[in-house]
Amino acid sequence: MIIDIIIGVLATFGALFVLLAAVGMIRMPDTYLRISVTTKAATLGVGLLLMASMVYFSDSDVTSQAFVIILFIFLTAPVSAHLIGRASYFIGVKLWDKSVMDDLRGKYQKNTHELKSVVDDTPEDNVDHTKMNGNK
Amino acid sequence: MTLEDYLYYIILPVLVISAALIFWRFIKGPSIADKIISLDLMITTGIGIIAIYSIIYDHSTLMDVALILALIAFLSTVALSYYLEKRRRK
Repeated sequence: MIIDIIIGVLATFGALFVLLAAVGMIRMPDTYLRISVTTKAATLGVGLLLMASMVYFSDSDVTSQAFVIILFIFLTAPVSAHLIGRASYFIGVKLWDKSVMDDLRGKYQKNTHELKSVVDDTPEDNVDHTKMNGNK
Repeated sequence: MTLEDYLYYIILPVLVISAALIFWRFIKGPSIADKIISLDLMITTGIGIIAIYSIIYDHSTLMDVALILALIAFLSTVALSYYLEKRRRK
């Protein structure tokens, strides 16, 4: 049955991407890299799993509902990733100690929550993101 | 091996193992942002599990639960990051 093969392939790739997202969640060394995992790999994996159920129920109401779920996840994953990344930058979550550079250093102001385009190094306005030296 | 057996014995254990790995990060996570991210990812994995369940048991009404869970995941992440940003650090 060709439909079963299509569903099996879609579910296999979806579960594989979700498993890769979970392994990345364990193995990634930094909060910001974990945000990157949760907004790309897991979104693709769940999209493929929902497409498998879309193929199985060849019925217009269930198919449109699964399509709405896929569209909603694809729209809201970047928004929530940006919000949680911004909040974790403000509360001073440390970068990985092998990070090469921090493009936002000195640009987000701590008290006014304003994004400047030039580096402003007054120390009471900035959040400290110094490297965490392997501990914690 | 039928499709239902394949989904039940291979795909669902893989998804459950990934949910368990994400839950370990939820327990262990160094900062509170890690816990929020792993909670969001656990709900997203739950949406995938519900989609596979609706194929196995041929219940299309389970997709309603997946839609509500997607809404709740987005709302909880937005609300938690909003209050996390407004919190004054001592």
